[in-house]
Amino acid sequence: MAKIERPLSPHLQIYKPQITMVTSITHRATGIALGVGTLLLAWWLIAVASGPEAYATVSAFMSSWFGQLVLFGFTWSLFYHLCNGIRHLFWDMGKGFELPTMRKSGMAAIIASVVLTLLTWIIAYAIGA
Amino acid sequence: MVELTLPKNSKVGTGKTHPKPEGATNLKTFNVYRWSPDDNQNPTIDTYYVDLDTCGPMILDGLIKIKNEIDPTLTFRRSCREGICGSCAMNIGGTNTLACTTGMDEIDGDINIYPLPHQPVVKDLVPDLTNFYAQYASIKPWLQAETPSPSKERLQSKEDREKLDGLYECILCACCSTSCPSYWWNSDRFLGPAILLQAYRWIIDSRDEHTGERLDNLEDPFRLYRCHTIMNCTNTCPKGLNPAKAIAEIKKMMVERR
Repeated sequence: MAKIERPLSPHLQIYKPQITMVTSITHRATGIALGVGTLLLAWWLIAVASGPEAYATVSAFMSSWFGQLVLFGFTWSLFYHLCNGIRHLFWDMGKGFELPTMRKSGMAAIIASVVLTLLTWIIAYAIGA
Repeated sequence: MVELTLPKNSKVGTGKTHPKPEGATNLKTFNVYRWSPDDNQNPTIDTYYVDLDTCGPMILDGLIKIKNEIDPTLTFRRSCREGICGSCAMNIGGTNTLACTTGMDEIDGDINIYPLPHQPVVKDLVPDLTNFYAQYASIKPWLQAETPSPSKERLQSKEDREKLDGLYECILCACCSTSCPSYWWNSDRFLGPAILLQAYRWIIDSRDEHTGERLDNLEDPFRLYRCHTIMNCTNTCPKGLNPAKAIAEIKKMMVERR
């Protein structure tokens, strides 16, 4: 008898997105974004050290609409990773695993990250940075 | 390995729509994953209409009615119909649960039913759980003790016995493991939530004397530490258990014994 090639049952395609998996994959995505964002920070620091022209180039990019968008994304990634990271700290201590707690802390991390990001940008614009 | 899409032979096509039962007014639509090893075709979704006025209230009642009255080729596992055997675990309405303890009224609109996710399919809703059971055997799920057996049973304090609550109730239905993205990508090396909860059940048992060896066996970047606390497991467990917490307790013990 020929060997039958069994199909693989559907997974991501059919699994209902829920707060558990969404907060988890976002944690990982923002972690990667932070890694890339750190290169931007390095670029800025190198420009500072290299002189006024290099600094002007970076400054121009950072204040363009695209640069601002990237910085905004970086800010949110930082705050989300921080907030969700605090959840991970509690989990590592064996706390916060009850379903209602876990859902609440997930929502809290999302909301807190958005609020902190907006607050940071409002303050930044207010002081004219 | 992370593979976000399905292999070519596993892509799901549209299948047959069975006619509505005559004269029925209270219909529920079932979209069910079908695959047979006999005809060398890709899996499909078949549509059935179930008359709720002549059917029991649970998803499993609907499936049995389809098999009895509409399509006898529909294949699924079931046994106890009261949530204790774990046979009818499947993906219903996007999450894994037991067909026998899930009411049809818990699902809004059409009822979409798939086999447990990311498993090789034997037929229709029957997944091949060979790997899952082999992983269960690998944690030696029995009492291991060196001290000679007492003349009667091995005694346990009430407090020690209470530590097994929330663990011994696991029926190994595999809902949690097959809900876990980490298990989807690494089931060849990661034990998954169900097996780790079972492992913890023996680690924490005051009568077991092989706690050290059990922890040694799990001290591995994959077997235990592919758990990233996603917690789909706890979210989906039809018995209301908490595999994510059990795994966290194992991780804590790993740190504490250093």
